[in-house]
Amino acid sequence: MIAFQAQDISVRFGGIRAVDSVSFDVRRGEVFAIIGPNGAGKTTIFNLISRIYNSTSGKLIFEDKEFTHTPAWQIAGLGIARTFQNIELFPNATLLQNLLIGRHCHSRVGFAAELLFLPSVRKAELRHREKVEDVIAFLGLEHHRNSLIANLPYGVRKVVELGRALCIEPKLLLLDEPSSGLNVEETEGMGFWIEDIKKDLGITVIMVEHDMALVNQVSDRVMALNYGKVLAMGTPQEVQSHPEVVRAYLGGEVESVA
Amino acid sequence: MRYLFRTQYRQDIALWRHNGDLVWYGLLTVLVLIAPLLLGEFYIGELGAVFIFAIAGVGLMLLVGYTGLISLGHAAFLGIGAYVNAVLLAQGVPFLVTLPLAGAFTALCGAAIGRPTLRMSGLYLAIATLAFGSIVGTVFQKWTAVTGGFDGFAVPTPYIFGIPIEGATGIYYVSLVVLAFVLWISANLLRSPTGRAMVAIRDSEVSAQSMGIQLARYKTIVFAVSAGMTGLAGALFAHYVRYLAPDAFDVLLSVQFVTIVFVGGLGSLRGAILGAMFVRLLPQFIAVVRDDLPFGIGRLPGLEPSLFGLVLVFVILFQPGGLNGMWLKIKQWFQAFPFKRQTSFRRQKSYAKSERLR
Repeated sequence: MIAFQAQDISVRFGGIRAVDSVSFDVRRGEVFAIIGPNGAGKTTIFNLISRIYNSTSGKLIFEDKEFTHTPAWQIAGLGIARTFQNIELFPNATLLQNLLIGRHCHSRVGFAAELLFLPSVRKAELRHREKVEDVIAFLGLEHHRNSLIANLPYGVRKVVELGRALCIEPKLLLLDEPSSGLNVEETEGMGFWIEDIKKDLGITVIMVEHDMALVNQVSDRVMALNYGKVLAMGTPQEVQSHPEVVRAYLGGEVESVA
Repeated sequence: MRYLFRTQYRQDIALWRHNGDLVWYGLLTVLVLIAPLLLGEFYIGELGAVFIFAIAGVGLMLLVGYTGLISLGHAAFLGIGAYVNAVLLAQGVPFLVTLPLAGAFTALCGAAIGRPTLRMSGLYLAIATLAFGSIVGTVFQKWTAVTGGFDGFAVPTPYIFGIPIEGATGIYYVSLVVLAFVLWISANLLRSPTGRAMVAIRDSEVSAQSMGIQLARYKTIVFAVSAGMTGLAGALFAHYVRYLAPDAFDVLLSVQFVTIVFVGGLGSLRGAILGAMFVRLLPQFIAVVRDDLPFGIGRLPGLEPSLFGLVLVFVILFQPGGLNGMWLKIKQWFQAFPFKRQTSFRRQKSYAKSERLR
């Protein structure tokens, strides 16, 4: 069962082909990892999927619906959530507010009702709060509930960003380097959460990751990129022993790209 | 120190954190209600002006403090509100209709300026709104058929249910009611999804978008709400000055509004009111001490604007939280006494944000 499909997507910035006709399918309920050296186009693919960049050509399909031209703000409504490589939380808001912003795509109250804070708004707010509390309990963030993000340590922020994405109640979760900046212990914790997200919540995950231990631990399939092109796809073991991938990481002639 | 034990989620979205708040705010309400009995006509007039500026300040606070957009054109919105109200009143429309109409029309103008400036921020938005302000100012001067041009025109006395709103006390009470209304609306907005969307846009547009927030919609809404509130303030301002002339709504007034927001403290409704008090009462203070200053400093021209500028610079440099931040620190000091630490108010250094996704 295919959840997400990228067909021949490309994006060009001036003369640079950051992503060069990349195609891949992600099955429902799997963890799909994208690896590759710096500048390979991994994050660019994420920005294409979350529609921050416009693709030059190709198609993006999620649950049999094409969304290649959907505006960026409607992506969350489709059930696609993401995190950012360098943490893009709202630093001058509390953790609770950050997670509640994650509920934004589920809010249905009218503007006039908000101005008067009608009982319907109050009820909706309490319902959102309950969902947010579920996520807080899932990730063990109770202790920091009312802290400003700006006052939280980096490792916690990383978890908060994961939580904010979960508040969208996504069907597809894009994790951009979930382990970057984390120590060994925190990375291990992140790995367990990703497994829980897959098994308990049944969310399909695409992640960009450099930490091969984490990739091996959680991912079902891996795609390796270099210079915007697909080098290899398959199980973590297959991809890591693929000669092109070894060459891309360790240097040497790269025939397929030249 | 008071520890809040929250046992229900609705406590977090209540307007009052605890009953202590209710007592203090209730006391404040009683105080401002009986103030006209205690103070002279002049002071009530000035207090009324503080309320009017606080209404505009709250409007601008939503835009600058909560959404992170800047406007140097809010004097124009004040002017639009003032003229719409005064012109309609002169046509014989009752005050209870002209006041909301002035707010609504100014809100439309705000949406109209918010729409084309959607992609602007920082300096560019400041310049665009500045230009808007000077265009509107010119319209006030040249459209003599409606505004009376430089001759200006006298604002008719408003009536509410046949009772004339005259003198400082009348405007004082009307302004108080409007201020309370504006504060209530703002507080409601801030605890609902729109308010959170505003904060999200302020802190990170790119992730706000990924959370499903339509930037264009919310920026336009905030511009409209902010302008609408300033328009309401303008309608009251017309009655405060009693005689409308176009030069009242110049850039300096816009800068005063921005001063309200910054000196009061970004991101706090209380700050808008403290800032309004500061901006209205500093000139009065200068007037009082002017003659007693040594070396003839008091007779220097431009003393007032330069003092405003100086205070603004000092606040931005040394007290980014503004008057509200100062208040919070004082409160914290007393609550934690004697355990104040050097690092109590120091923020952790922020991490590098990605620059690619601006």
